[in-house]
Amino acid sequence: MKIAVCVKQVPDATVHKRLDPSTHRLDRSGEGALNPTDLNAVEEALRLRDAHGGEVAILSLGPERAMDSLRKALAMGADRAVLVSDAAAAGSDLVATSHALATALGREEPDLVLFGQQSSDADGAVLWAAVADRLRRPMVSQVAELTIEGGTLTGKRQTEFGYDVISAPLPAVVAVSDAINEPRYPSLKGIMGAKSKPQETVSLADAGIEADRVGEAGSKTTVRAVAPPPAKSDQVKLEDDGSAAEKIVEYLAEKRLI
Amino acid sequence: MDFALTNEQREIQALAREFAESEIAPHAGDWDREHRFPREVFAKLGELGLMGVCVPEELAGAGADFVSYVLVLEELSRADAGVGVTVAVHTSAATLPIVTFGTEEQKQLFVPPLARGEVLGAFALTEPGSGSDAGSLRTTAVREGDGWRISGTKQWCTNGSHASTFVVFARTDPGTEGARGVSAFLLDADHVEVTREEEKLGLHSSSTADLRLDGALVPFDRLLHEERKGFAVAMATLDGGRIGIAAQAVGIAQAALDTASAYAVEREQFGSRIADFQAIRFKLADMATEIAAARQLTLRAAWLKQAGLPHGAEGAMAKLFASRVAVRTSQEAIQVLGGYGYTREFPAERFYRDAKITEIYEGTSEIQRIVIARQLLRGL
Ligand SMILES: Cc1cc2nc3c(=O)[nH]c(=O)nc-3n(C[C@H](O)[C@H](O)[C@H](O)COP(=O)(O)OP(=O)(O)OC[C@H]3O[C@@H](n4cnc5c(N)ncnc54)[C@H](O)[C@@H]3O)c2cc1C
Ligand SMILES: Cc1cc2nc3c(=O)[nH]c(=O)nc-3n(C[C@H](O)[C@H](O)[C@H](O)COP(=O)(O)OP(=O)(O)OC[C@H]3O[C@@H](n4cnc5c(N)ncnc54)[C@H](O)[C@@H]3O)c2cc1C
Repeated sequence: MKIAVCVKQVPDATVHKRLDPSTHRLDRSGEGALNPTDLNAVEEALRLRDAHGGEVAILSLGPERAMDSLRKALAMGADRAVLVSDAAAAGSDLVATSHALATALGREEPDLVLFGQQSSDADGAVLWAAVADRLRRPMVSQVAELTIEGGTLTGKRQTEFGYDVISAPLPAVVAVSDAINEPRYPSLKGIMGAKSKPQETVSLADAGIEADRVGEAGSKTTVRAVAPPPAKSDQVKLEDDGSAAEKIVEYLAEKRLI
Repeated sequence: MDFALTNEQREIQALAREFAESEIAPHAGDWDREHRFPREVFAKLGELGLMGVCVPEELAGAGADFVSYVLVLEELSRADAGVGVTVAVHTSAATLPIVTFGTEEQKQLFVPPLARGEVLGAFALTEPGSGSDAGSLRTTAVREGDGWRISGTKQWCTNGSHASTFVVFARTDPGTEGARGVSAFLLDADHVEVTREEEKLGLHSSSTADLRLDGALVPFDRLLHEERKGFAVAMATLDGGRIGIAAQAVGIAQAALDTASAYAVEREQFGSRIADFQAIRFKLADMATEIAAARQLTLRAAWLKQAGLPHGAEGAMAKLFASRVAVRTSQEAIQVLGGYGYTREFPAERFYRDAKITEIYEGTSEIQRIVIARQLLRGL
């Protein structure tokens, strides 16, 4: 089975996130890391490969230094990494990013495409849907348990009232939640071995992606202005002397929220 | 000149940090209070390759460099200095001398299980009557039949209660006093008897044991390196080991600074964060500066060792300086936390207790100065 995992480099959790006021984009100059739920996607891919055979390819669209984060997936055990990186891709929005990934995936022809549920920087939780739509593949999101038998996958996801159990034929697209597994640590052997695994950085042209469909040219959204959220005003701090519940109700009633 | 770590060194550092932050740091306070040796952690570290970072791949180590090893020790010690010293003694005091001085058979027999972290290693040099003056040790090894009969007592052996392989120093030449009559041996756990676990000021998650060698008979092939060359083994081992202790000190100091900074931006007095008082800011700035200097000395010494260049005095400088920084920084961290710093509710007092040992073991600060001055004045 050929599995592709789409991953994104995001600012490391310890980095103070900031929007660049001139480009309106997230400042990505600080330490980068693999998006947390993408680690779950990589882990799941490795387990499936170990059970069913095949290979795990890592795919990302991002700046050249994103390869530093992709190498972590290789150190965990993935077989190879492909990074689509091109100055013309900078500023790609959802529509453009999904086009680029779908085109690259089209060439790879994987049986299964795994995504993390959500990125920790842009928080869209939509990219997998857009990619699946472009590929015309069935799509299951928020998967907390995944099994594959024959040519069919079964995903289980928690809902407010119980579980959804959804089956779909392969090839398919799955977005996993962080409940699906506990990602392994890369071992030192893995880290040292990752150096010699295939790591390809390809341009848009190499990947067969038309430049005018990505980057600012291919994006449907324009960021017109960015501003910090208004300072939290109107905060009330209550010490619980036994009457806190009462005071909260009073406060909410006063604001006409209840 | 290039101060940047390689990708591989950064990735190994990141792994050690991630592991230490999630598997060690959350428990360090409990292990300290309960005086618990977290044996299970070393098995996990072993699976990841962190019990044999700079041990060659052919001997089941990870085959990374000495700089990576030192980066790992800093991260582990930042979470728990007891775990740091356990790994430091296991790797650089027990495993590396076998890698460096062992015969092919000794390497194949002893190193792989150590490098994989399946068993722990220990280093037994110090005795009740010989510390800094290690060459005056009195444990004896006498030829008898097919081997050596070893008798004596060893003191404060790190990992002593948990180790399976011991590098033990004994006098094989009773006629020669001092360092020249000493040889090194490789012993198993059943050759040594643990007589006592030491009660210490800190490092409660590590084991420090007294040992008795009650006439243990070991075959000739347990001699490490040549007869009467034991002291050379000990000195070469401590030359490298010191760099590891410097890294431990940097880790403790960094932990103390992290705790102090986090507290300073939370705590309010006189209507403002204490971090806004210049007295506190200056403390934090001094701590950060000293830690950066200590870390650079340590990494440079590690780099020299890796490059095969002389590193005796540089390692001694790194340890002398970094251990002082660890003591001073952890002391200042308590000051920043005020009364809370003096309580067990916060880890600052643990860092302070743990920091002090770095000025004592693997050569006291006075001994480091002797090493540095000897190098400095050579040929004058
Ligand atoms: C340099 C840069 C500039 C950008 N500029 C703009 C802009 O100008 N306007 C705008 O609206 N948005 C912009 N974005 C945001 C971008 O559109 C979103 O990052 C993208 O659509 C994915 O959405 P998300 O991060 O919310 O992902 P989600 O939908 O939350 O991600 C879900 C999963 O999709 C996968 N994934 C996400 N991103 C990638 C990727 N790049 N490669 C491979 N897999 C991925 C991961 O598995 C992830 O867990 C920019 C992003 C970058 C990196
Ligand atoms: C927690 C812990 C773990 C340890 N682990 C190990 C281990 O795994 N293996 C091992 O072999 N040993 C171990 N040791 C022993 C340690 O290495 C010794 O304690 C250290 O070498 C100092 O020896 P000493 O304590 O006998 O002090 P002494 O040598 O008695 O020194 C006492 C004081 O005199 C000073 N002094 C001594 N000689 C001179 C001199 N020539 N000039 C100026 N000042 C001098 C010293 O600096 C010190 O201040 C450990 C000790 C502790 C506390």
